[in-house]
Amino acid sequence: MTTPILQVQGLKKHFISTRGIVGRDKSIVKAVDGIDFEVNAGETVGLVGESGCGKTTAGRTIVRLYEPTAGKIFFEGQDISNISKNEMKPLRSQIQMIFQDPYASLNPRQTVGSIISASFVIQKVNPPNGIKIAVQDLLARVGLNPEHINRFPHEFSGGQRQRIGIARALALRPKLIIADEPVSALDVSIQAQVVNLLDDLQDDFGLSYLFIAHDLSVVQHISDRVIVMYLGKIMEIAKTQSLFSSPHHPYTKALLSAVPIPDPEIEKKREHIMLTGDLPSPANPPTGCVFNTRCWKAQDKCRIVAPELLQVGASEVACHFPE
Amino acid sequence: MVKYLTRRLASAILLLFLLTIVVYLIFGILPVDPARISCGIHCNPIAVAGNRHRLGLDVPLYEQWWRFFVGIFAGRTYGDGAARFTCGAPSLGYSFPNNECVTTAIAHAFPFTLSLAVGAFILWMASGIGLGVIAARYRGSFIDRGVTAFVLVGSSLPVFVVGLLVYILAFFLHAIDPISQGIWVSPLSDPIGFFKNFIFAWIALALSYSAIYTRLTRGNVIETSSEDFIRTARAKGLSERRILFKHNLRTALAPLLTNAGLDFGGLLGGAIITETIFQLPGLGEISLKAVLQDYDLPLIVGTTVVAGAFIIIFNLIVDIGYAYLDPRVRVG
Amino acid sequence: MKPFLEVKNLTVEFPTEDGTVQATEDVSFSLDLGETLAIVGESGCGKSVSNMAIMGLHNPKRTQISGSAIFNLESGPIDAINTDSETLRKMRGKTMSMIFQDPMSSLHPYYTVGNQIAEAWHLHNEGSRKTGAKRAAEMLDLVGIPDSHKRINDFPHQFSGGMRQRVMIAMAVVNNPKLLIADEPTTALDVTVQSQILTLLKTMQKEFNMAIILITHDLGVVASIADRINVMYAGRLVEQGTVDEIFYKSVHPYTLGLLGSIPRVDQSIDKRLKTIQGQPPSLIELPSGCAFEPRCEFATHVPKGLCKTSRPETTEKSIGHFARCHLSAAEIYEINRFQKADR
Repeated sequence: MTTPILQVQGLKKHFISTRGIVGRDKSIVKAVDGIDFEVNAGETVGLVGESGCGKTTAGRTIVRLYEPTAGKIFFEGQDISNISKNEMKPLRSQIQMIFQDPYASLNPRQTVGSIISASFVIQKVNPPNGIKIAVQDLLARVGLNPEHINRFPHEFSGGQRQRIGIARALALRPKLIIADEPVSALDVSIQAQVVNLLDDLQDDFGLSYLFIAHDLSVVQHISDRVIVMYLGKIMEIAKTQSLFSSPHHPYTKALLSAVPIPDPEIEKKREHIMLTGDLPSPANPPTGCVFNTRCWKAQDKCRIVAPELLQVGASEVACHFPE
Repeated sequence: MVKYLTRRLASAILLLFLLTIVVYLIFGILPVDPARISCGIHCNPIAVAGNRHRLGLDVPLYEQWWRFFVGIFAGRTYGDGAARFTCGAPSLGYSFPNNECVTTAIAHAFPFTLSLAVGAFILWMASGIGLGVIAARYRGSFIDRGVTAFVLVGSSLPVFVVGLLVYILAFFLHAIDPISQGIWVSPLSDPIGFFKNFIFAWIALALSYSAIYTRLTRGNVIETSSEDFIRTARAKGLSERRILFKHNLRTALAPLLTNAGLDFGGLLGGAIITETIFQLPGLGEISLKAVLQDYDLPLIVGTTVVAGAFIIIFNLIVDIGYAYLDPRVRVG
Repeated sequence: MKPFLEVKNLTVEFPTEDGTVQATEDVSFSLDLGETLAIVGESGCGKSVSNMAIMGLHNPKRTQISGSAIFNLESGPIDAINTDSETLRKMRGKTMSMIFQDPMSSLHPYYTVGNQIAEAWHLHNEGSRKTGAKRAAEMLDLVGIPDSHKRINDFPHQFSGGMRQRVMIAMAVVNNPKLLIADEPTTALDVTVQSQILTLLKTMQKEFNMAIILITHDLGVVASIADRINVMYAGRLVEQGTVDEIFYKSVHPYTLGLLGSIPRVDQSIDKRLKTIQGQPPSLIELPSGCAFEPRCEFATHVPKGLCKTSRPETTEKSIGHFARCHLSAAEIYEINRFQKADR
């Protein structure tokens, strides 16, 4: 079996905040609390969950924007969880990130050309035909006019800016792209354009994606496998097809049933599982299974013992009483 | 809330404590010997040594600081034998050039400073907030433009220019009498005399503050009016007046409180320029004299500690006030 | 019988230094009590602007509004666009109410939720503070916030996002309004909370027999809650019809494109998503022909480049089903069938 491009083992990221003069009031937010998964070469893995589930933190910890509290991250078999900034630098060209807000992540005072060419300059890479040609090729590849190389980000629409962000990420021919909510700020018709672009680029460049999003319909469309997170833990991992057709975790089931379907006939007949209450605070998560406070199947065991991620049918599920 | 208050109070006390240390350190390191200066023309080493002993400068710096610190709570005794004298608690030292306890000197000066600060504060807050709200309400109108001109002029003129202009104007109007200016008139026994004594100083001091607070108020009110909750208030059917006074102003003025508290606290340490121009013997004036004429180290230390204490105290008041206004701070 | 609300030829323009922004143009629709109308479109299509105009929430100094929005009330008709500001103010909260996208920033951070709900109640009712507080607690009960008697004394930041939106709804319906305008009410919320809020809106509608205008970009939300749908593009209503007409028998290329471009959780398609090429036009320099023409896949089927030169009028394609397109319903079906076969 080939080595996965990304392997995450027992990854934890806890944010500790202290207050008071001597720091006695300590609160620990367990944003990511022990997650294991892998992304294989050429694969798209969707990472879904509601706000506060830790999906964004997980993405940022993997690219080492945050220092992991515990656990290991392997990139092509190499342990990158503890390596220094300098050792990380050559790997930065191989792991890239795309962000949600294309405008906030582009420097407004730099032209598109210099934003994209910065990747080459920082990594001291000299493309065969010079940087300018390389940048123009990239712009054309993501569906922008190569002549717009000297324009500034504000001269582009939201969808076009996201294309610029994608071009920047692609500049150094990465192997893995971590896309954090790349289409959620975009309008529906533009969203489809960008999703298709990501699809095409994957084929052309042999990319692997970790696709972080809250929109299950987009994730379902783009992913090969899907990871469902809740309060810093993984609830379920499965192939997209099986996760969406037969979810095993009650949370997955509730999440799927809550997503409205743009088809009135189906929508009328559907049964929605209404989750009661709100998401508990990650600073004070429930004991046992973190989902037990909102789960209709919860029993005493769920309030005491945290379930392990185990194989159920075609899925891996962390639940004492899977569907 | 109680927890929050205790925490803030504890850090304020700690800060005051540190302030006395820092002030002592600074003045202790200065290469000037107060014992020598206070010794006069007919000086000899023995007299200097005697003076040094009387001033309490013949012990290490930390010891000097400790005596000072204890003196604040317990009072302090200087010299020995017949030359013994005591400054009761709270003692901030003894001013030799003036031959009085620092606390007494400050107590004499403080009414001037307090009256000046309070009057100017009321004047600039009322005018600043009033003008700011009017300008924001009628944004773009000629009233707004007039207010903007006032802000520009008021905030660009330095206080010594404004002070001198007002003083000269008052002098030629015979509205000010340079001879009686420095005599304390109690507002309780002679309100009109008190008012006459201070009104021009108030105007001079308040003008630039007023301009700054007008600008802040106008900006904050306009900024708040584009908030979503203002739109909600309008959607509920509230009148424009109620939206302004209940929903907008409280939000817009909360940040102003921070500035106001600190500015006022700062002024209680003495408004040197205004006090000097209008010959008001307040804290600023006596500090200036202590520095320039007498090198009266104990008085300088005393006024510095008092000024610092006011800033720290008002910082605390501001924090408490803010927590009262903004519930989001309370829980923190 | 006349419908409860009749909006006719509503045009909203914002004069700016760069030119006049045609935010909405010639919008007409009607609505009955108990009915839910969804207004769907992408950002900048004018869906919010037109409803803010009905509420009278635009700054009159910086907005030009024409047309009418007639509320047929028991006391007689009132035109919200052309009435005086005082009458309009009294209608707000009582005749019509509005909730917004971001429930955090839409509530005043310094006042308790009880205070804010009671304030709305006091505006239109005589009563003591105690009665106001009692009423606020009843409203929190009604929108499903437990411990209402304690929670009226809490501040907005002490509630979660979904709970805040419930508070907004409680405040909006406290005076039994006839019309509730919900502007992207669930966009800022998580999907599990979204379904709670949509259910609550339906319950409130039954409780008060309200008309609801739901403004959203999410066709999924629309399918579950709306009776009728208005689709907007570049400030104009391009298609109006019942939910079924819009979803299954759409006669406008933009609607068809929109429907094709959304992925669905209940269908896995390995194909590429259908897209609408290009970007929406600037509202300052609208094309002289059909605003959708530059992105329209159907335009080539219209003879003599009519789409480029002439702006299509709203026409009734079947009974109660309107669209702004030069093509007839039959032509659209035909072309659409061919295009589907191509794939």
